[in-house]
Amino acid sequence: MYGKGLRTLSIATALTLTGAFALALFYAPMDADQGFLQKIFYLHVPMAIVSLCGFVAGGVFAIQHLRSGDRRHDLRSYVAIHMSLILGVGTLVTGSIWARASWGHWWLWDEPTLVSFLIVFLLYACYQPLRFAIEDPDRQARYASVFAIVAGAFVPLNFMVVRMAQQKVHPRVLSASSNLPGEMWLVFIVSLLGMTLLYITLWRYEMAAKNVRGQIRKLRRRLGADVVAGRSAAPQ
Amino acid sequence: MTPLSALLRKELRLEWRTREAVPAMALFSVTTFVVFHFGLQRDAVDGALAAGVLWVTLLFAAMLGANRLFVSDSEDGALEGILLAPIDRTALYAAKAIAFAAYLAIVEIVAVPAFYLLLLGPSAGGAVPGLLAVLGLADIGIALTGTLVSGLATRTRSRDLLVSLLGLPLLMPVIIAAARATTPLLAAAGPGDLPGRWLAVLALYDLVIGLIALAVFDFLLED
Repeated sequence: MYGKGLRTLSIATALTLTGAFALALFYAPMDADQGFLQKIFYLHVPMAIVSLCGFVAGGVFAIQHLRSGDRRHDLRSYVAIHMSLILGVGTLVTGSIWARASWGHWWLWDEPTLVSFLIVFLLYACYQPLRFAIEDPDRQARYASVFAIVAGAFVPLNFMVVRMAQQKVHPRVLSASSNLPGEMWLVFIVSLLGMTLLYITLWRYEMAAKNVRGQIRKLRRRLGADVVAGRSAAPQ
Repeated sequence: MTPLSALLRKELRLEWRTREAVPAMALFSVTTFVVFHFGLQRDAVDGALAAGVLWVTLLFAAMLGANRLFVSDSEDGALEGILLAPIDRTALYAAKAIAFAAYLAIVEIVAVPAFYLLLLGPSAGGAVPGLLAVLGLADIGIALTGTLVSGLATRTRSRDLLVSLLGLPLLMPVIIAAARATTPLLAAAGPGDLPGRWLAVLALYDLVIGLIALAVFDFLLED
């Protein structure tokens, strides 16, 4: 059921992302201070936003799982967090490159958004170690959901505290929206849309793969084969 | 006797008889101060450095204690008994958190004077009331988060690793606020004013984490 419409979605994603990057390269005006370098903004910021939204979505699926006891919600939460972690690595790498190029350092501690993102990433990096340290599948799902809810609620709290701790304020892209020219806004919105589509597509692919793996396992079991569950969140 | 007070008495009595967690945490804190003395190559610290040494030490000692919170219950089968009893599971969380906060307070009675003796200059005496406020609020936060993380990690294969791995990022706001609030208190020129907004941040953290923990803790005990 997760495979339905995947082809259309993939094509739409590829087109939007390609379009967004083409717009970023050829249409968006050059930044007065940073020049070409500023173009990484159209990759870095959407990636960060989508990744954080994915973490929160993981928390929402986890709430649904604990409320209904339906394991499918847990699988959705797991895949959402998994994909967000991958985008999170991308965010940290692109952010680091941007920081190096514009401020001369690979890492800046007085950039609150970067620091909060690192803390959130370090927390979510424990999701899989926690999950796969539990044998019993039901308990594994429940504990993972508890973790996803706690961590999801921790994200805004952490951002607030880290931001308070920084006296100096660096370019705040979203709150500085008023002085961002209209063309840049348009390109940014298209990039954000493309990144969101990419996230949803990857999520759907992974969900489809997990479900197929679960079905194969079920069929094998019916044939009388010994099935070893192993390290997988796919349905048993 | 309410379930909460019964569970709390059981926690404290168990710790009193076995003396497992608290002495180890206190000893660990004092040893860590010595480690900092050699690691930093300083005879005395002040200001931000002093606040950092104190809070890193207390936080790591707390992680050590959080590791042990559910171990005896789950290994010796007390957890099943408690879960079979017709009481609210929240009482178990509350009892563990209160007991953990008490352990932290006892550890600090040893560790903070040791820190004054070993690493602080003699002029820092006036900082005590402010320091007590910061310690109290931070202890509540550490106890709430530590108990939740301990409940999450104890019945997994790699619990000792997971408690610290999960606990340290979750406690990052506590260490930010506590270190910021303590820095002016430990300044070399004598204690400055206690920054009230960092106390407010600590209180907010305690409130938010407490509410989250109350909402989700039941699900950790459902089997």
